[in-house]
Amino acid sequence: MGITFRKETFRDDFTFKNSPEHIRRFPFPFHEDAYMYAVNIEPHVVGPKGSVLENLIDVDEHYVAEMQDRALVLAEDPLRCQSLPHMTLAGWDLLELLMEQQALGYPEHFTLTRDGDRWRWINRPLGIDDTFTFGDTSTLPYGPMEYITRQSQGDFCILDQRDGNLWMDAGMVTTQADWSLDFDIGMNFFEWHAPVPLAHEKGIFTRALKFLTNIQQGKPARRLNWTMTINPRLDTSPENYHKWGPDRTTVTPENVGDKVHLRVELQSFWRLPRSNGIVFPIRCYLIKMDELVTQPKWARRLHRVIRDLPEELATYKGLTRYRPTLVEWLSKLDDGSATSPGFGPD
Amino acid sequence: MSTGTTKLDVVVSDVVPVNELVTRFHFRRRDGELLPTFSGGAHVVVEMRDGERTRLNPYSLMGSPLDTREYTISVRRDDVGRGGSLFMHRSVKPGLEMVISYPVNLFSLDLRAKKHLMLAGGIGITPFMAQTAQLAGEGGNFELHYTCRTASLGTYADVLRERYNRRIRLYHDDRDERIDLDRLLSTQPLGTHLYVCGPAGMINWVRDRAAALGWPSEAVHFEHFAAPQPGLPFDVTLAVSGKTIRVDEQQSLLEAIEAAGVDPPYLCRGGVCGQCETNVISYDGKFIHNDHWLSEEDHRSGCKIMPCVSRFEGRSLVLER
Repeated sequence: MGITFRKETFRDDFTFKNSPEHIRRFPFPFHEDAYMYAVNIEPHVVGPKGSVLENLIDVDEHYVAEMQDRALVLAEDPLRCQSLPHMTLAGWDLLELLMEQQALGYPEHFTLTRDGDRWRWINRPLGIDDTFTFGDTSTLPYGPMEYITRQSQGDFCILDQRDGNLWMDAGMVTTQADWSLDFDIGMNFFEWHAPVPLAHEKGIFTRALKFLTNIQQGKPARRLNWTMTINPRLDTSPENYHKWGPDRTTVTPENVGDKVHLRVELQSFWRLPRSNGIVFPIRCYLIKMDELVTQPKWARRLHRVIRDLPEELATYKGLTRYRPTLVEWLSKLDDGSATSPGFGPD
Repeated sequence: MSTGTTKLDVVVSDVVPVNELVTRFHFRRRDGELLPTFSGGAHVVVEMRDGERTRLNPYSLMGSPLDTREYTISVRRDDVGRGGSLFMHRSVKPGLEMVISYPVNLFSLDLRAKKHLMLAGGIGITPFMAQTAQLAGEGGNFELHYTCRTASLGTYADVLRERYNRRIRLYHDDRDERIDLDRLLSTQPLGTHLYVCGPAGMINWVRDRAAALGWPSEAVHFEHFAAPQPGLPFDVTLAVSGKTIRVDEQQSLLEAIEAAGVDPPYLCRGGVCGQCETNVISYDGKFIHNDHWLSEEDHRSGCKIMPCVSRFEGRSLVLER
């Protein structure tokens, strides 16, 4: 039994929706009724069946539509995908990782066959069947990173490790929460995190860098991050701010449930074997308020989190303008009763 | 969360004497699968079960990263060390089942380099065996200068000359051949990265001359695993776990902590990665610091120790472990 891929859009008429099964598997990011930064990193190991952690690289019902949206973004702005010249080997590392993981998790949809460096890759949902020579860029229609990330959900940053730091030297970034690869390319870990409030003072980035530079092969790690997005738009980039920024002014008490989306990023970190780089997949999950509040525990908890969020964080996440409307709407679904511990729905 | 590595169950598939001091060991996976891919410069930690004692020593992988059917390491016999290399030479035979770590690379190539200039001394040649194989496979630009005591102790010099010809320069101490280091460092094209692996004296010499000649520190890479040194036995109190332990003459402090059932994180076990850094709560005596991780100020402060390579002499030592 395979996945039934939805036909839907992340722009214009915004027909994106989650099926009831996908609502229940949504990676709700709050384990308690409040939120503050923490170095919330844990080993990226396989989780329960039916969760987004069932496979280490998750493919879901939005796969085909997300890949179509990525192709549209790249056609308008090729700089969303960049790889500095020394990062090609890391691109091959990533191609191997994503082909292996997708074929392992979803054999009905993806098949990888290897005969030495002669590889055959079949991607049935996208109608691809390519044979190529691993390590020889001339045998693929794109560079190795671009080739495989046009066929993999989520953004991907490849970080070069040198001089005790990590450098954003390659990436495919089309589903981002208001940051730009073209701006950050070549920056180190502290430089690209400079705009984040409060966390520097808490020493979070120094500790996080120490952890990340010690990530070992075969031992990936993960964390969740979150923000909110108006309309189910994947491409909320600074380059296209003029298209999505004004959406924030359109939230009314009547349309909150349909327009306001919780946007959760499942970020994972993997050591790449040949290049000794780190790949940082940022997988974006969207859920509209009407879908989220079908789980009463999540409705109560989200109300308390958004209501009590420190002002700096609300500003950084871009919630300021519609936060009162959202809190008012959510408050009607919060009877004040206790919420059970943990992330999952009751 | 601990950042130790995943383990691999392997079997010794071959043992090959290379010269009077060096023996090469080949490992394959017990389950017949391929080993993990690695990058040139990576090492594995080999677990040696020698009777009651367990030693864990790091060795550079020296095979081609393109061949993951087997891993190979070369071990130089050290007759006055703590016995790890003697155990490898005397007791490890084909067919022996052993446990090694996943590869870890603390001596990675900088792939931005326009040219890779490598300087090896003695057994310091091993990481360059893998790095040259990796670069040759990609058409990379490298040049290797290799100093050894005599031609017969020039481990793999013949193999390297045969593979890479004029890209390999050999220097023999017994013929009084010396690297003309200043000239070499002054005549490199812009964008060259320098890598050095060998005895501590050689590493310091190369780093000092490179700095004096204006090389940016980001372009100078070195790897020096300090082997833990034997010393007088000493007692240590582990305050967090509430244990008092004795460190034997031939044992490292880290090994003694592990033998007591406490598992600090580690990667290199050679005083360079920083993982096992441990706070000192109190002491009465003197530290013998052998690591390359802590600053001189840290060494003087008496507040920190790297238990993988450093020791202690005195009446009492209490650690935050």
